[in-house]
Amino acid sequence: MSVAAPLIALRGVSKHFERHRVLDRVDLEIPAGRILTLIGPSGCGKTTLVRIALGLLHPDAGTVTRAAGLRIGYMPQKLAIDPTLPLSVGRFLQLAERDRAKCQAALAETGIPDLWGRPVSALSGGETQRMLLARALLRRPDLLVLDEPVQGVDVTGQEALYALIGDLRQRLGCAILMVSHDLHLVMAATDEVICLNGHICCHGTPRQVSLDPAFVALFGQRQALYAHHHDHSHDDHHHHDHG
Amino acid sequence: MNLDFLYWAAAGGLGLAVLAGPLGSLMVWQRLAYFGDTLAHGALLGVALGLWLRIGGGTAVLVTCLGLAILLLILERSRILAADTLLGILSHSALALGLVALALIPGARVNMEALLFGDLLTITPREVAAIWALTAVALAVLGRLWTALISITVQEDLARVEGVRVGAIKAVYKLLLAAVVATGMKAVGVLLITALLIIPAASARRLARTPEGMAAVASALAALAVLSGLAASWWLDTPVGPSIVVVAAGLFALSLAVRPA
Repeated sequence: MSVAAPLIALRGVSKHFERHRVLDRVDLEIPAGRILTLIGPSGCGKTTLVRIALGLLHPDAGTVTRAAGLRIGYMPQKLAIDPTLPLSVGRFLQLAERDRAKCQAALAETGIPDLWGRPVSALSGGETQRMLLARALLRRPDLLVLDEPVQGVDVTGQEALYALIGDLRQRLGCAILMVSHDLHLVMAATDEVICLNGHICCHGTPRQVSLDPAFVALFGQRQALYAHHHDHSHDDHHHHDHG
Repeated sequence: MNLDFLYWAAAGGLGLAVLAGPLGSLMVWQRLAYFGDTLAHGALLGVALGLWLRIGGGTAVLVTCLGLAILLLILERSRILAADTLLGILSHSALALGLVALALIPGARVNMEALLFGDLLTITPREVAAIWALTAVALAVLGRLWTALISITVQEDLARVEGVRVGAIKAVYKLLLAAVVATGMKAVGVLLITALLIIPAASARRLARTPEGMAAVASALAALAVLSGLAASWWLDTPVGPSIVVVAAGLFALSLAVRPA
């Protein structure tokens, strides 16, 4: 795979649900080896965009191009296993890879080597996320797609998880596409941030984005979460390019 | 006294029990109990169709159940309504349509009790052979698709990203379910077939630590229910189908006393 070609390229992607426009002509390129974070208020189309990039959802308009032979490791936002299904951590991993040694190596890689026999239903939030990450690693991915990877994890656990994600990128050399609703948390862990609110409001390094008027308009000065202005106008499309 | 009919009944019932374990477990995990009921309600329409077209009742019921399952798959995909609303509409429409159709066929006489509660004791060797043929084929298919089915049950999007053909595999599973509902009607009837699938699986939960373990225990419990139900029916002169389900329910109650594995 050549270095210059993006792993996934989205061009002019739009998506409607019922009559509500969720994505409006979004362009996105995922380059090899970099950590890219999608950020935006809830309902801004982050998960929809990720699902389209993964091929789980078809856009109403626009094109999605994936590099030939691209291997994707995916960490979904939710894991809702019916409590009547008896499933251990080891078995969960073996759904993707029969080789027990490889599964155990993946657990070690994500820092939970001792949880092989533990029922999935008995895991904490952080352990669940690490198990999901281990399963994504089993694919030996060129690209890791992580949808809200620290969901349901306490604050210290969140930092540890982001450290692990950064560390994995160093060791595996894969690209990472991450979804988050909190810029502060991902600041240290990401190379590039894309701020989404139906369209791409702005993009750049975390610092550039945090100072961008479009970002400030969306999130407030200090990223006052959930207190952002829902009524901000979308008439002028911000497409700021930062060197 | 010739007890052959009893042996055939046991053989037929056991064939269903073996299959009920894994199919019923998947049904419980995926919350498809209502799906099974809908197919069973449609069976009445199949009986009417069989009489009208003068083809065998078993074949007509099988075709109707498979047809209903396909219709449900198509409607679900179109996302017109929530799945349980769709099932509610289709289930009762098929039942009503079946009742109306039966009334319109001149001279149609249907043994309603056998239809609703089963008639295992009159099962023919041919029907037993059909049950075991279905069981063999279904177990082979389930064995082949098992890991993929569990993967879909656990997280559908993840399975899809990992290259599992989710749509096709779900369709195969639902068609198998339709086939076993249509075939199992003979044993326990329209009203109770879902019970034979669901109750042993639910009882097996506390006795198993793996998905396969739960399926195997469910099969064993279903077999126990079938044999005990037959015995009860023989000694107490009770109807076979309901007796089987009563035993299954009793086993479920007992399973609640077991500490989770």
